[in-house]
Amino acid sequence: MRTLVYIELQKIFKKWRTYIGFIAIGVMAPLVQLALYFEGDNYLNFATRSFSDAFLISGNLMNGYLVGNLILSTLFIHIPFLIVLVGGDLMAGEATSGTFRLLITRPVSRFQLLNAKFIAGIIYTISLLCFLMLMSLGLGLLIFGSGELISLRDKIYIFASDDVMWRFFAAYGFSIISMTTVMALSFMFSAIVENAIGPIVGAMAVIIIFMILSVLNIDFLQTLTPYYFTTYMPEWQSFFTDPVDYSGVLKSGLILIGYIAVFYTVALSLFLKKDILS
Amino acid sequence: MEKVIEVKGLTKKFKNLTAVDDLELNVYAGDVFGFLGPNGAGKSTTIRMMLSLIKPTKGSIEIFGKPLKTHRKDILHNIGAIVEKPDFYLYLTAYKNLEILGKTSGCDVTHERIMEMLELVRLADRAKSKVKTFSHGMKQRLGLAQALLHDPDLIILDEPTTGLDPEGMKEVRDLIINLSKEHGKTIFLSSHLLSEIELIASRMIIINKGRTKVEGRVEELLSSDDVKLKIEVDDTEKAINCLNESRWKEFYKGEEFGKLIFDMNKDEVTQLNKFFVENNVGVSAVVPTRSLEEYFLKITGEG
Repeated sequence: MRTLVYIELQKIFKKWRTYIGFIAIGVMAPLVQLALYFEGDNYLNFATRSFSDAFLISGNLMNGYLVGNLILSTLFIHIPFLIVLVGGDLMAGEATSGTFRLLITRPVSRFQLLNAKFIAGIIYTISLLCFLMLMSLGLGLLIFGSGELISLRDKIYIFASDDVMWRFFAAYGFSIISMTTVMALSFMFSAIVENAIGPIVGAMAVIIIFMILSVLNIDFLQTLTPYYFTTYMPEWQSFFTDPVDYSGVLKSGLILIGYIAVFYTVALSLFLKKDILS
Repeated sequence: MEKVIEVKGLTKKFKNLTAVDDLELNVYAGDVFGFLGPNGAGKSTTIRMMLSLIKPTKGSIEIFGKPLKTHRKDILHNIGAIVEKPDFYLYLTAYKNLEILGKTSGCDVTHERIMEMLELVRLADRAKSKVKTFSHGMKQRLGLAQALLHDPDLIILDEPTTGLDPEGMKEVRDLIINLSKEHGKTIFLSSHLLSEIELIASRMIIINKGRTKVEGRVEELLSSDDVKLKIEVDDTEKAINCLNESRWKEFYKGEEFGKLIFDMNKDEVTQLNKFFVENNVGVSAVVPTRSLEEYFLKITGEG
């Protein structure tokens, strides 16, 4: 299995489309940091205007932690689109290029093949998020230094600098589950059709529709919100509250893992029965 | 003789279309087995079922004496195949493609083995080129290399000479014959070209509309006392006049590029030649040909 996963990773990282996500993050994160470097104070004044009269704020607030948090919040909505570019191609790409004929006539089971691809997809997802962490938090700390983190959620949280790093690691850990759900959705679509464009567009469409439906303030639509996996994806934000709502994090995490299991099972059952006609 | 492939009652239906219908075939060890049929006869569907790419609706496939359904992995360890057109990872080099496919086969392919296969198909100098830069013929040759990479006992080739130039076609034919005679490999060769099968195969089957039409040894199936003759004479008009007043009239089928065409028993060729000589018609060439195309069309019911 390790060999198969290694082979799948080689295939993923030899394709130029794999690097679109890395390039996008590699360009966006430094751009945001550059903008904050020059306009950071204005941004901070604007963000804290509602309570700046009541509090005396001092110290290095525009630090690497705040920058890392801002970039994660901003790009979190866009990362799924970078994930589906690869996830949607994992199975359908082989069908489009006709290479399933080569793979399935080898002495590997379809189960092994699908697992190897799924694991490779997860590794890609993790590597993209690690790159995001490096480019946002790592580069942010390098440019802006460290300090206390101000987090604006339902209320204002201020975390001491030695209380922040673990929160980032936990938030990124949860993000891996969120983005793996997105990858699994595109992977499932990818196992159904024989053209990679369909799964990419299909997965994007599902995410956009769920996101739109969940923000529409209509009673009937609000009752459906618990059934959208997108509802649970931003739960990483809980790590920037105090105290952390661990039961909420656990619940959201388990629900997302449940979705991953469903998407994976559907993909597996379809692929095991599928006639390879490409 | 040991059976390598045994297919019984194989049927594949796609909704209302029956692509393969109750097909039976047997391939023996060391055979170069020709699998013939017109386009759409069900050849590729049969091959796909033999390689577990698609599931049969009915029937059984045994390879190396084991049911494919339950011993798929064991069986595929010992099969090399080209299925339809040769598709590869275009963004990878020829070498990398073979390395990946070798590893997927579960065998430890060495650098030497990969280069040996690339040498065999005359692609060693393009080992580091991406496959997207290859012509169809080069991909076809790379397809052969990947099929032979793990040294399988059974090689299934679906139209392996498609897209090759005459020299390439001859090389592939020679390679197939060599693999069979020198290395004892069993070859299952699908083609729609009877002439190709005649040159290479020891046994063959012709199918049409998913059903077996004829199966047996090639020389037996293609040997016939009836021949098609092309006779070149010095005076075509005189020859035709003579023919019209003789018993040879019934064998005369017409004129083609100045040559007279006959369908007749080969034992009577001498008599026909004598007839022309007696009527002062000079015969400069008698070319007996068996009409493979006609035979094929007759068997497949399209003639």
